[in-house]
Amino acid sequence: MLNYVMPLFLMSSDVAEVSQAMGSDPIKELLVNLFVFLLACFVGFEVISKVPNTLHTPLMSGSNAISGITLVGALVVAGHTYFDIPAWLGFVAVVMATINVVGGFMVTDRMLEMFKKKDEGKK
Amino acid sequence: MTLLEISVELVYMVAVALFVIGLKRMTSPATARSGNQLAALAMLVGIVVTLFDKNILNFELIIAGVVVGGLIGGIAAKKVEMTSMPEMVALFNGVGGASSFLVGLGEYYRTGGVDLNVDVLVTIGLSILIGGITFTGSIMAFGKLKGLITGNPVTFPLQTPLNGVLLLGSFAAIGYGLFETGDPMLYLIILGISLVLGVLVVLPIGGADMPVVISLLNSYSGVAASMAGFVINNKLLIVSGALVGSAGLILTVIMCKAMNRSLTNVLFGAFGGDKGAASGGGHGSIDKTIREVSAEDLAVMTAYAQRVVIVPGYGLAVAQAQHAVREVADILEGKGVDVRYGIHPVAGRMPGHMNVLLAEANVPYNLLYDMEDINPDFEKTDVVIIVGANDVVNPDARENPASPIYGMPILNVDKAKATIVLKRSMNPGFAGIDNVLFYKPNNYMFFGDAKKSLQNLVSALKEV
Repeated sequence: MLNYVMPLFLMSSDVAEVSQAMGSDPIKELLVNLFVFLLACFVGFEVISKVPNTLHTPLMSGSNAISGITLVGALVVAGHTYFDIPAWLGFVAVVMATINVVGGFMVTDRMLEMFKKKDEGKK
Repeated sequence: MTLLEISVELVYMVAVALFVIGLKRMTSPATARSGNQLAALAMLVGIVVTLFDKNILNFELIIAGVVVGGLIGGIAAKKVEMTSMPEMVALFNGVGGASSFLVGLGEYYRTGGVDLNVDVLVTIGLSILIGGITFTGSIMAFGKLKGLITGNPVTFPLQTPLNGVLLLGSFAAIGYGLFETGDPMLYLIILGISLVLGVLVVLPIGGADMPVVISLLNSYSGVAASMAGFVINNKLLIVSGALVGSAGLILTVIMCKAMNRSLTNVLFGAFGGDKGAASGGGHGSIDKTIREVSAEDLAVMTAYAQRVVIVPGYGLAVAQAQHAVREVADILEGKGVDVRYGIHPVAGRMPGHMNVLLAEANVPYNLLYDMEDINPDFEKTDVVIIVGANDVVNPDARENPASPIYGMPILNVDKAKATIVLKRSMNPGFAGIDNVLFYKPNNYMFFGDAKKSLQNLVSALKEV
């Protein structure tokens, strides 16, 4: 196994060098990001447009939990440096985003576990 | 790109796929719970793989932050009552917004604000602006729902122009930031403006419209997360934020449609609050006698009915009467009565609020009928039991063009053979409007706390 994997690792640093030399194009990067953003918006509209009224509250709570994805950004900011302003800002950001994520998913789960059909419900 | 960076990107793609599938599964009651768990898994995957980013040095702060946040969020989620769900969602949303502007600010400080591309500067500004508005706006919504801030719309002259000026000012500041790189003060000013804007935008909106506001703010927090993604060039953030942003927006539009009001009317129309009986709109001439009914009379009425529909409203939530109402339904079903629940889209503080409460009381969800599905059946219904719902059953919305709620789609309960309204007193409901249903000849008032009244009904039914 190792003799397949090692060359890959050795090659990857070459790949890094080459793309450095070519120069990563920030405009192209931005355009790709915008493209992806646009598509994601359409996906969001399509997926959510068909929700029964019953599920509107859990959905609001669940999508709120997903918006806690900011946590990923907070981790990056908090972790990049040692105990200076950005790190502390990042720390608070991590706390806030984690509250959003953990609280949001748990509260949504509490709401959803109660949805039972007539035959499986306990009477 | 190194192999590690490639792997991270690939795992991000997996996380995105899981988010979309999870969200899709949340649109059906049978798969909703697993959909939520899938989304949570996606979140976990995204977070774990980010920690492999070789740029992360400071694990102590991260672990400390996650532990603190996890404890706070977990404890809050476990202890909150179902009736306070809307407030909780507002609060969680608010802290999410705070996180976004902190990420924006943090990135600015980390890079020193120099050598940044135009798009990064703009998105730092936007994530601060949107995150700030989301934060204070959500706190305002929380306050209005909890009654800490008045539920009346608060207006002052030139309010909308002021908000417009502040908003334009912040855009100008973001634009100005493109020239002066290096001074964080500009972005702190943008933060200040956005925090103030969040308060000012929610202030003139009545407490009754908070569900729409929360849904809109939920959308904003998604967009803020997406902007943060543009700042640090992270596709997981960009896509997930956009998903939440568009989901929240559609939900908001659906809610406004259910109230038959446009979004602009909700945001700028200063609707609702204790405007008093004056807003009833030309009721001077009608006969205002009401008929009362006792638990025993009601027991007889319902036990011998063929079809009964229960209409829950916010009063049910306040009185925590969902279990008592299910007991009534059980006894009636035992006597061969067809019992169903009619749920108005904006009953309660949030859409679907009633459904969650009734599910908590073990009411099977196939007995819950949407307004469109149950409205045609009221003519064939013998008794409608209205528990703490008010404006959503007010015929004025259908018949009286002078009424502030005219045009709002309602449950046509007045078409049934008899309606029973459970209320604590004759005080007006959330929109402060007198309900003509109370004075109709086939309506009966059943005064008292909803839970007590229903429990009395249960005892009376056992005697019939």
